[in-house]
Amino acid sequence: MSASREHVLARVRAALADVPRDEKPEDVTVPDDYARSHDQGEPIGLLVDRLEDYKAVVHRVGAADLPAAVASAMAWRNTHRVVVPADLPADWTSQTATRTVAGDELDIDELDAVDGVITGCAVAIAETGTIVLDGGAGQGRRAVTLIPDYHLCVVRADQVVAGVPEAVARLDPRRPLTWISGPSATSDIELDRVEGVHGPRTLEVIIVE
Amino acid sequence: MSATFMGMPAFPEAARAATGDAQLRHNLRKATRTIRDKRAAVVEELDDWAGLRAAGAAIKNRTLRHLDTYLERLEEAVTAAGGTVHWAADAAEANAVVTDLVRATGHDEVVKVKSMATQEIELNEALAEAGITAYETDLAELIVQLGDDTPSHILVPAIHRNRSEIREIFRAKMAEWGVPAPDGLTDDPRALAEAARTHLREKFLTTRVAVSGANFAVADTGTMVVLESEGNGRMCLTLPETLISVVGIEKIVPTWADLEVFLQLLPRSSTGERMNPYTSTWTGVTPGDGPQEFHLVLLDNGRTDTLADQVGRQALRCIRCSACLNICPVYERTGGHAYGSVYPGPIGAILTPQLRGTASEIDASLPYASSLCGACYEVCPVAIDIPEVLVHLRERVTEGGGHAAERTAMAAAGWVLEDRRRLTLAQRAAAKARGLVPRRLPGPGAAWTDTRDVPDIPAESFRDQWRRRESGAPGRNERKKRGGRR
Ligand code: SF4
Repeated sequence: MSASREHVLARVRAALADVPRDEKPEDVTVPDDYARSHDQGEPIGLLVDRLEDYKAVVHRVGAADLPAAVASAMAWRNTHRVVVPADLPADWTSQTATRTVAGDELDIDELDAVDGVITGCAVAIAETGTIVLDGGAGQGRRAVTLIPDYHLCVVRADQVVAGVPEAVARLDPRRPLTWISGPSATSDIELDRVEGVHGPRTLEVIIVE
Repeated sequence: MSATFMGMPAFPEAARAATGDAQLRHNLRKATRTIRDKRAAVVEELDDWAGLRAAGAAIKNRTLRHLDTYLERLEEAVTAAGGTVHWAADAAEANAVVTDLVRATGHDEVVKVKSMATQEIELNEALAEAGITAYETDLAELIVQLGDDTPSHILVPAIHRNRSEIREIFRAKMAEWGVPAPDGLTDDPRALAEAARTHLREKFLTTRVAVSGANFAVADTGTMVVLESEGNGRMCLTLPETLISVVGIEKIVPTWADLEVFLQLLPRSSTGERMNPYTSTWTGVTPGDGPQEFHLVLLDNGRTDTLADQVGRQALRCIRCSACLNICPVYERTGGHAYGSVYPGPIGAILTPQLRGTASEIDASLPYASSLCGACYEVCPVAIDIPEVLVHLRERVTEGGGHAAERTAMAAAGWVLEDRRRLTLAQRAAAKARGLVPRRLPGPGAAWTDTRDVPDIPAESFRDQWRRRESGAPGRNERKKRGGRR
């Protein structure tokens, strides 16, 4: 429909007859005196606070204790079979009795049948309590963190940034991104917040320092 | 123009009917107040809000003033990333493009992410005519769709329904559309959400084509951005084989980095959250992850007319956060249906008459659906001066309107004058607009004053002057000189 293309573009140009011909986009100045981050506290503590505000379950552990923390989360949730991205570090799940299956091999119905999913992340934003997945190392394709009802996400301290601008700068827009701020939720019925509609109803986060 | 809203009475009549509905007023008041309190609290948290807001407005102005450049850039980037771009001058063209694309997949069902653009063009109806069933997957949209209803709020489309009404809708209608409501369904929101989850899960796991809109489209990278809460968006954007996004040409932002502004402004202004539960971004197609076919339909449908109006153009900055609805004293009483279009509230009052023109009675009455109190401007995250555009549009309506305009104006005037608070607000607005429309009473009286002489409007209403003297605060004009506004 290239006739429509020319038509729409011609209309846009006609509508902008008042814009001087030699004006360039950069000539419209954008003030940039807003903050890169806000002084709201030490980032990791803030991230914990924000995540808990969304009713996510959060743990802080040292690197050596991560396998034990994963194992105890799995036991507490009573999981039997969870999906993991093929490149999830093997030691993360080295102590759990729960069976792990590689996400790449499962179709949607099979994903629907597992008890949960374990992933890493790309970036976490303290001020907003947001975890961003970009399909990179230890994260898998988007479906694996969407279909199972329980998501355990491991965040390394060096992945935590204070504010949204820092996160945007770190992320690669060519990858498909999923920004998660707490579990799935709706407030559509009389504004009562109900956790978990379609995405995982439980989000658990282990921060490794 | 709009089949859904055909036969709508003009705003004053629709508003009168709605304000008489006690249940509706109760639901609305509770909802809008809750959201706006939350919004105020999270906006307060950011001490650079004014800077973010100014940046948001400026980025959008930059985009709009050079929209042709950015449209071409976006097209190029999406194409390079493996997507296909289509252009649609109006609703009919957009519907035809989407219908053809769905047909080409060989499927006759689509799942939909809540999108105002597709509501505006009445895509669901067009698809139905072509034998394609569109399933709305946002909980509120599902309630609206099953209830054979129209949305009444940008963000919470079923804000006018309470829990027992929703239960009845689910019980009566779910079976017709797929998985029925469970036996013994209660009106507990948790149970209702669970019923929706089960009902929709089947659709998500089996439907191969999805239709969405986008909150933002990044020109530089070709990235689409969708903000949502429930995960229905992620389902639609990830599981199907084909994804078709219908996006208004004003949704563009120039660069990826610009999102650092809008991803702060939108969630806080909208749901009053620091961030919405889920945001998805995608750039063309990603092998092995998500839809392998992506189509972007760029929609004009009256936007270029809006762009051509130098005062009205700013309405295209709107990021559909709905903060202006929640703060609006008129919206709070009338609800969204009275506005007779998919865009209700203050933004609807300026956007709809620009997109559709002011030929019909409802569209001509919309610029009067406001008390001009200015609260909508104050909360707008991209600083759209809604009162300014309203006054401007009233002038346009009056010029072309004759009798109908006068009648509309007087009906609106009656409504404003019956309440003392509204009168105060209207007077203030009148004072503010003094320089803009000399010798003509802005607001509901404009049509009337066209044929009569009016005395100068004082810079401040008597009541305001009195209150200021009592409190010792500076007057409006003094404030303005010191740069209080903008
Ligand atoms: S006009 Fe402003 S406040 Fe209203 S919905 Fe649009 S962006 Fe939000």
